[in-house]
Amino acid sequence: MWLWFHKLGSPPHVYRIAGKITPWFGWIGGILIAAGVFGGLVLAPADYQQGEGFRILYVHAPSAWMSLFTYVVMAVAATIGLIWRMKVAYSVAASCAPIGAAFTAVALVTGSLWGKKMWGTWWEWDARLTSELILLFLYFGYMALRAAYDDQQRADRASAVLAMVGVVNIPIIHYSVVWWNTLHQPASVTKMAAPSIAPAMLVPLILMFFGFNIVFGALLFTRVRGEVLLRERGADWIRELLGKS
Amino acid sequence: MSARTGILRAMLLLAERDLRLAFRRPSQLCNPLVFFLVVTTLFPLSLSPQPSQLRDIAPGVLWVAALLSSLLALEALLKSDAEDGTLEQMLLSGQPLVVLVAAKTLAHWFVGGLPLVVISPLAAFALNVPGDAILVTAEGLLMGTLTLSFIGSVGAALTVGVRRSSVLLSLLVLPLAMPLLIFGARATDLAISGEVASGPLYLLGALLAFTATLAPFASAAAVRIGLE
Repeated sequence: MWLWFHKLGSPPHVYRIAGKITPWFGWIGGILIAAGVFGGLVLAPADYQQGEGFRILYVHAPSAWMSLFTYVVMAVAATIGLIWRMKVAYSVAASCAPIGAAFTAVALVTGSLWGKKMWGTWWEWDARLTSELILLFLYFGYMALRAAYDDQQRADRASAVLAMVGVVNIPIIHYSVVWWNTLHQPASVTKMAAPSIAPAMLVPLILMFFGFNIVFGALLFTRVRGEVLLRERGADWIRELLGKS
Repeated sequence: MSARTGILRAMLLLAERDLRLAFRRPSQLCNPLVFFLVVTTLFPLSLSPQPSQLRDIAPGVLWVAALLSSLLALEALLKSDAEDGTLEQMLLSGQPLVVLVAAKTLAHWFVGGLPLVVISPLAAFALNVPGDAILVTAEGLLMGTLTLSFIGSVGAALTVGVRRSSVLLSLLVLPLAMPLLIFGARATDLAISGEVASGPLYLLGALLAFTATLAPFASAAAVRIGLE
């Protein structure tokens, strides 16, 4: 167990493992997403209220979920790095930020498109949209703080503290926005108040969720490899690796 | 021989020093206040001076102006002490850094936040806010500015090793301060329309208790990182 943990701390090992795992994650996730897209766009029936427009859900919901999930992964990795002084954990945290920001942006754009179709406006100050926007700002702040430091190690540790502060604050921000929203907006916005969703609609959604999660893994491992290479650029093992191949 | 200075004594000494330094430069103390008043003046000029409309926008204007002017002062919280090495001496002093950072934050609020609270009735009055609501606004700002100082201390500590950090500092702190804005403006809003504003005020108090207990730990950790 500890050996395994220690091995995770060694950059060459992680580089190798991540390289082996990435195609698997990429292919499995890609297949799941392809199946989910087919199921969602072709097989699922049109919603009786929203017509064909609801199909954007299949991209929107998984991205919104991933935007939060990525932040949590980033904060956990940063915490591990801060506690156990693990360099690789910092690489993971640093790799998470752009991916998470991208998921957040996708969730915002798809939400906006969906809003145009359903509510008639591109932007509604809806609680979820608003807290998603604040989440995007948090990602930007994290990346800006990283970029502001010249020294890699200080950037790692300072941004780790920020990620931890952020993850504590996200629930507070979210609930304050929800509360603000329910006060300011009477029920003019029709939310999907359908707790039971037809299996033909649900199955593709589940496929998309898993697909997004696994593709996130593939993206993350790819970025981590890049990050490890960047950080260890002077190390011997990289010279050997490049000499061999 | 000489006993170690107690923690409370160290806090008091540090706060006293910070206050004394701040009062040596009265103009720096006044700038955020003037900024606050100028910003609140901009809104009637840019929108309309009708009393009813002013009253509608007053909560937002007061709170946004207070947030921005506290942000302006925030960079000074640790910067000069970090530049002349005082902060390093504090780190080496053997006193718990958490306590020292908390003392600095409190002293900073005393000269940066409290005057805003004191002057806010003037701005609120100019925006045609009724008497009760002025009191509620001041109460809300009392808790809000203190909370913001604690949140801001984390941001200031994170950027302590960064050159030209003011914009970055705002980018870090403002998203975290949004709950404050929501609850504070809501309290003023309720009070203006003559309703009971205690709900948002309690929530502001809860935020204050939460940040006052946790933020100094994050700030202290960030200061250690920034000074390495």
